[in-house]
Amino acid sequence: MIAIVDYGVGNLFSLRSSCAKIGVEATVTGDVNVIEKADGIILPGVGAFRDAIGKLRQTGLDKVVKEECAAGKPLLGICLGMQMLLQRSFEGGEYDGLGLINGSVKPIKDVIPADYKVPHIGWNKLIFKKRTPLFKYINEGDFVYFVHSFYAADCEKNTTAVTEYGYPLTASVENGMVFGCQFHPEKSGEVGLKILRAYAEIAEGGKQ
Amino acid sequence: MITKRIIPCLDVRDGRVVKGVNFEGIRDVSSPVALAEYYSSCGADELVFYDITASHEGRKLFTEILTETAKNVFIPLTVGGGINTVEDFDRVLKCGADKVSVNSGAIKNPLLIKEAAERYGNQCVVISADVKRVDGEFRVFSKGGRVDTGMEAVSWIKKCVDLGAGEVVLNSIDTDGVKKGFDLEMLDAVCNAVSVPVIASGGAGNIEDFITLFTSLPKVDAGLAASIFHFGEVRIDELKKRMRAAGINARI
Repeated sequence: MIAIVDYGVGNLFSLRSSCAKIGVEATVTGDVNVIEKADGIILPGVGAFRDAIGKLRQTGLDKVVKEECAAGKPLLGICLGMQMLLQRSFEGGEYDGLGLINGSVKPIKDVIPADYKVPHIGWNKLIFKKRTPLFKYINEGDFVYFVHSFYAADCEKNTTAVTEYGYPLTASVENGMVFGCQFHPEKSGEVGLKILRAYAEIAEGGKQ
Repeated sequence: MITKRIIPCLDVRDGRVVKGVNFEGIRDVSSPVALAEYYSSCGADELVFYDITASHEGRKLFTEILTETAKNVFIPLTVGGGINTVEDFDRVLKCGADKVSVNSGAIKNPLLIKEAAERYGNQCVVISADVKRVDGEFRVFSKGGRVDTGMEAVSWIKKCVDLGAGEVVLNSIDTDGVKKGFDLEMLDAVCNAVSVPVIASGGAGNIEDFITLFTSLPKVDAGLAASIFHFGEVRIDELKKRMRAAGINARI
C-alpha cells in the first residue's frame, strides 16, 4: 500500500485515481500509523513553499516522513512535494526544506531567457541524466506535464532528468530511496502512469 | 521546449456535450466521459469542461460527470461555467479539476480572481473572455456572449492577469462558429499585453487554421476548439502530425 500524504494542501483526487487506474492500492492519509505501515510514501504539493512546508510541520507529518525515509522506505515527492525534499527554498523569502536532497529551490525567471513565459506550463520532454528505476517503462524524449515557477537548483549530483526551457530545468531527482518529480505524473497521460507503476514496484519490492 | 497545446472543449448541459454556433442553436453531441477518454487517447493535451447548466440538478449531474472523467483521464482538466465564488472553485477542484476558468463571475467581482489565486495558486485560475468588436474596439461580453459589458477587452484581460490569473482563454465571438480561422488580430493584441499563456478559441474550421495560428502568432500557447473535434472534421492525432510537419512543436 502507498500512503499519499494529506497535510491539507492541494488536490489529491487525481493522484489517488491514477493509482487506482494502474491497480495500485493507495490511501490518502494524514495518519502517522498508516504512513508507518505503508510500503511507500507519496508527498504531493501545490501552492507556495512556505505554506506547504508550514502545514507539513504543523501536522507533524514532516517527522514521520523523515523517519520512514531514514529507515529506507521509498518516498516520491511530486511538484512542490519534490521541492520540499531539498535543503531550502528561496520562494518569497528563505525557508528550510526537509533536507533529504542537497540543493535549493530558486526562481525559474532568473535562469531562462527574458521572453520565456513563467510559469513553465505545459508538456515538455524528459532528457535523462542518470539511469533510474523510476523511468524503466518510459523512453528519453517522452513528454510529461509541468506547472511551476520555481525549480530545484544546485542538485546536479542527484538529478536524474532535466527538461529544456531555455535552460535545463531539473525534472527529477533521486537520492537512494528518495525520488522526486517536478512534473505531475498523475497528469502526464500514459507516460505518467508508467512512472507511477515503476514507483509502486520499487515500493512493493522493498517489502520484506 | 514546451509544445503547443491542443485543447478540445466540451460544453456540457444536463450531463451531455453540446456546441452552439455563435452561442445559439445548440446541438447535442455525445457523452462527456466517453468523449474525454477518446480525446485523451488521440493526443489531446488538455480538456476543458464548460458547464452551461442553469439548474441545481444539472450542476450536480455535471460534478458527477467531472468526477467520472477525472477517474479515467489523466491529462489536465479545466472547468468553467457558473464559477462565481471561491466555493465554486472548491466544488469543482474536489471533483478532479486542475484549473478553473472564470468569466462572468470575474466581471461581477474581479477580486474573485485574487482570492482564488491566493488560495489555489495562479496556475489554477484561468480568465476566459468572450470578446467582440464594437465601434472599432475589442469589447468584453458576459453571460455567454450575450451582454456587452462596455469594457475594453485588452485592458480587462491585463487587469485579470495582474489580479492573479495564470492563463487566458480568448474567445472571439466574431469568429466563433464561423470556421474561417482564429481571430489573429485579436489574439495578437492580447498576447502583446500579457506574459501568461494565451489559449486561442473561436473560429477553427480545419487543420490549416491551427497551422496558421501557431506559425503566424508564435506567442499563442494553445488552440481550443469544440465542434470540429466533436463531429470528426478534424482528428487530433492527424492535426498534431501536420503541426510537426510544419515545424510546430507538438506532443505525439
